[in-house]
Amino acid sequence: MIEKGAAAIFVGCALLSIIAVVAITAYMIIAGTPALKQVGITDILFGTIWSPSSANPQFGILYVILTSIIGTALAVLLGVPVGLLSAVFLSEIASEKWRKILKSAVELLAGIPSVIYGLLGIILICPAVYQIELAIYKNDPTHQFTGGANFISAVLVLTLMILPTLINITETSLKSVPMHYRTSSLALGATKIQTIFKVVIPTAKKGIMSAVVLGVGRAIGETMAILSVAGNSINLPLPFASVRFLTTAIASEMSYSEGLHRQVLFTIGLVLFVFIMIVNLVLSHMMKQGENNE
Amino acid sequence: MNSLYNKKVRYRDEVLKALIYLSSLLVFALVLMMIVFILVKALPYLNLAFFTTAKSTLKGTDGILSNMINTIYVIVVTLLIACPIGIGGAIYLSEYAKNQKFVEIISFALEVLSGIPSIIYGLFGMIFFGEKLGLGYSILNGSLTLSLMILPILTRNAQLALSNVPQSYREAARGIGAQKWYMIRTVLLPSAIPGILTGIILAMGRIVAESAVLIFTAGAGYFMPSSILGHILKSGGTLTVRLYFEMNNANYSAAFMIALLLVVVVLGMNALAKWIARRFDVNGG
Repeated sequence: MIEKGAAAIFVGCALLSIIAVVAITAYMIIAGTPALKQVGITDILFGTIWSPSSANPQFGILYVILTSIIGTALAVLLGVPVGLLSAVFLSEIASEKWRKILKSAVELLAGIPSVIYGLLGIILICPAVYQIELAIYKNDPTHQFTGGANFISAVLVLTLMILPTLINITETSLKSVPMHYRTSSLALGATKIQTIFKVVIPTAKKGIMSAVVLGVGRAIGETMAILSVAGNSINLPLPFASVRFLTTAIASEMSYSEGLHRQVLFTIGLVLFVFIMIVNLVLSHMMKQGENNE
Repeated sequence: MNSLYNKKVRYRDEVLKALIYLSSLLVFALVLMMIVFILVKALPYLNLAFFTTAKSTLKGTDGILSNMINTIYVIVVTLLIACPIGIGGAIYLSEYAKNQKFVEIISFALEVLSGIPSIIYGLFGMIFFGEKLGLGYSILNGSLTLSLMILPILTRNAQLALSNVPQSYREAARGIGAQKWYMIRTVLLPSAIPGILTGIILAMGRIVAESAVLIFTAGAGYFMPSSILGHILKSGGTLTVRLYFEMNNANYSAAFMIALLLVVVVLGMNALAKWIARRFDVNGG
């Protein structure tokens, strides 16, 4: 009796994860679609004007979507080289002592709450970027100065935030390359660096790719770190423009929105959710392929 | 030129090596700079009253005691909800599951859950637990939502810990006539405790660091609890949420003091997780 009951309870616990995913998906669709119908899919997704509180409200989020996509892509482009090379250091070059030191640093980087990244972004990155902005646009009266809270600052903060993901997963996949690959390559006369870049990294390609995909997922979903750093008005994602990401668009207006405006914010949530699901599907597809190849 | 004694210098090797060292140095320097900066900005303002009083216009105090208490509330309630479910799910996956397809679906669901960004959890918590179930902005709402978020960490770590228990333990227990649940309870779970604990500490780290979920679900309440259990149904802002609002009001000295406290907590948890791993798992299982 107890045995049967225990088994049933455990099945229930395991089922809960599926129920949660179904419930979240269902609720995002239920909450996100009414506005799509009311405003029109093309008007929301491809409109460029966002004026939720005017007499004739418009809810175009094209710039928001572009900001998220381009910002994520840039953060990953900046992060991958640094992340890959640091992972190479951790897995192939560092002595045990230096490995431990850098590893703890990366762990701390991963553990620091995202609001603290936001805080440091405001105090450290924004003023520095503002200096550059001042220098570039000194003689341009048409430029709207952002005080450093702009697209570049947000991308830099995002890059910093995805580094731990990139480093940790890449390191794991480099470590899983069998030792005899390295010894064979060295025995053939290749140098250590040649071995790393021509043998170890190509062998670990799958794992490195999944690190990149996970980094994309993290960057596109990050909210609190970039909420105060991105400037928070809706513009094309140009380097020195004040911008809004999908995540910050939701967070910055949710507290006071109502009616159709609020529903549109849920639609933005749905768009973000669709992006994340695509990232997840790509990732699980890659993992499956990796298994089949072994 | 190219002999054992006079090796050829490969410029590409040297450049790549320099880049590797430079990247690692950059990562290390960034972390160091962040910590030093937080220390420099927070230390001059540190005072005991900040940590021992709550924010109150009536008393004229502006401390974070209530936020610290809220954080502990959120951690405890979330773990109380999520641990049984996570460990139960792990027991199923590692000991009971026979249908491979079903296991794959559950693993995929866990993967999806760990990939969902916190703001989506926040929205879901707000409309489901908050509006549908009528919990409003409350610590319970925040904890229920966070439970979903940390479920993958708990389940994966527990599953890994269980699968690291040697098969011979199971055979020995079944061999002397133990039934399955009895064996799990008396043999497997005790051996898997360090791994499960590691998962719990990692989950605690996630909870302490979380803010986007909690702003939408637990709100930003800063009152001291008036009753121990009743507080669960009240709105309660954690340390990260308070930090966010102090930052928005350009009250940077308070923001940096909270940041310092959070960094210390995160460092402590990392150290604890490592200590457990070393203490109980000397040769990697």
